[in-house]
Amino acid sequence: MLAVTGIPTAEDVEKAFPSEERLAQGPVVVVECYQSIPCNPCYTACRTGAIKEFEDINDLPTVDHSLCNGCTLCVSNCPGLSIMVVDMTYTEEEALLKIPYEFLPLPEAGQMVKGLDRAGQEICDVKVVRVVNSKALDKTPVISIAVKKDFVKLVRNIRMEG
Amino acid sequence: MMPVELLVIGGGPAGLCAAIQAAEMGSRVMIVDRNNALGGQLVKQTHMFFGSEKQYASKRGFDIAKLLLDKIANLSNIEVLEATTVLGVYEDGVVTLEKNGSYLKVKPKAMVVATGASEKALAFPNNDLPGIYGAGAVQTLMNEYGVKPGNSVLMVGAGNIGLIVSYQLMQAGVKVEAIVEGGPQIGGYLVHASKVRRMGVPIYTQHTVKAAYGKEVLEGVTLCRLDDQWQQIPGTEFDVKADVVCISVGLTPLSELLWQAGCQMKYVNSLGGFVPYRDDNLQTSVKGIFVAGDVSGVEEASSAMVEGYLAGLSAASYLGYKIYNMNELKSDLLLQLDSLRHGPVGDRIRKGIAELRIINEAAASKEA
Ligand SMILES: Cc1cc2nc3c(=O)[nH]c(=O)nc-3n(C[C@H](O)[C@H](O)[C@H](O)COP(=O)(O)OP(=O)(O)OC[C@H]3O[C@@H](n4cnc5c(N)ncnc54)[C@H](O)[C@@H]3O)c2cc1C
Repeated sequence: MLAVTGIPTAEDVEKAFPSEERLAQGPVVVVECYQSIPCNPCYTACRTGAIKEFEDINDLPTVDHSLCNGCTLCVSNCPGLSIMVVDMTYTEEEALLKIPYEFLPLPEAGQMVKGLDRAGQEICDVKVVRVVNSKALDKTPVISIAVKKDFVKLVRNIRMEG
Repeated sequence: MMPVELLVIGGGPAGLCAAIQAAEMGSRVMIVDRNNALGGQLVKQTHMFFGSEKQYASKRGFDIAKLLLDKIANLSNIEVLEATTVLGVYEDGVVTLEKNGSYLKVKPKAMVVATGASEKALAFPNNDLPGIYGAGAVQTLMNEYGVKPGNSVLMVGAGNIGLIVSYQLMQAGVKVEAIVEGGPQIGGYLVHASKVRRMGVPIYTQHTVKAAYGKEVLEGVTLCRLDDQWQQIPGTEFDVKADVVCISVGLTPLSELLWQAGCQMKYVNSLGGFVPYRDDNLQTSVKGIFVAGDVSGVEEASSAMVEGYLAGLSAASYLGYKIYNMNELKSDLLLQLDSLRHGPVGDRIRKGIAELRIINEAAASKEA
């Protein structure tokens, strides 16, 4: 259980994911914010109205996936690094995951790295497609990795060595 | 004896905001900090902060310090004394300071005490071996001085500080072997826990350090499981090799100066220890002494800043300064505090503070 292990369960992750229909339409946000804490920068960052205004700053974010265009602005603004963007339309076999990654050295586009799950276990090899580290991201780079669609709900991190 | 109008003790987020607010209302402020530079805990916080835009959420701690220090630099009625320790507060209102070996006396008309908190220790055999640190000390070494504390770390305590310092250790290239937590659940924010967990760091809840070992320096620790009564369970011991142990089992308010000043104090567990009674304006039971930040209850930088503005506003108004929108400003600050503390995490803080309320009619009528 998350509060004991720090690992969201498969059900937790399932709930955070948008519907299959929405996933099939292109890039969309997955917000894994499971605990009421006083925090709302995801709403402040969102330009499309997908993340709703907080009635109480301690509420969990409310996401209207139909309004999200997968722009990733919230990804680098979330202090908990709990947001990623998933694009199931990337290729036939692969999805694109855009995750925050605050470690050096940064991977490079084209590099093969290990895909890790939410417990830090290696799941599969993934290919780094893009690394964005602009000033606007304020030291929270966003990296895009190509992941086999079967693993899209498992992979949430990468490891460079080995 | 130096006459001082408003003395702010401590230059962390609470003290900085108190100084800014009071100076903006026209008060002459002296802000004193024992560190070589102002900023308090903020200067070593490399992670993004929670809260809302008003408390600079999503900015990193050291960037928030820069924002506040820029404001201080632009206010000519703030005098900054760095590397200066406040030693004592006396009955007649005299405050003594030490700077570069010289002893200074000041007599302020009002004071904001914002001295923050200090780390609690943990008792276990051999806890005096070199290599055993407070987590805050390791964070200072790493993020302020650029010194790597060791190669492999065992973190004790899964509160926010334990989780965040673990993450920052990994960012610095240090291996974190495990995080040990005595309680049945992770105490810090779960998003922080997930961040270190998906880097592969195990979190052992209901575990503790049975003993540390090492000849000259720390070589490792023996961990064991705890039962529901926090008693060690024999036979559950296992070893973790590490050259650094970080203790992060909570903070306690640095409230000595308030005791000396004669403020009425109370032990409130949820606020970290002995804390002062205060009214809605953050004035203590001693007239003219105001408090803000962790010294009045261990919480967060977001609420420390808001309390700082409120204490600064109250102190300046106590000194006779006004601004046109004072009531509006005050209710906005109170509202911010309320909403930051509104959720389940803030519940304990809210209850703790409720035990410390002074209903101060004099202060209330002065406001009106
Ligand atoms: C690892 C870590 C992570 C954190 N993460 C967050 C976060 O993400 N979000 C958040 O909101 N908060 C966070 N916090 C909490 C936050 O840093 C504190 O709550 C906040 O700094 C308290 O502010 P303060 O001004 O009361 O005290 P401090 O920042 O501790 O400042 C007190 C100052 O007083 C000075 N002082 C003390 N005694 C004397 C004396 N006798 N004479 C002169 N000077 C004195 C000290 O030198 C210090 O500079 C974190 C804290 C830590 C340690």
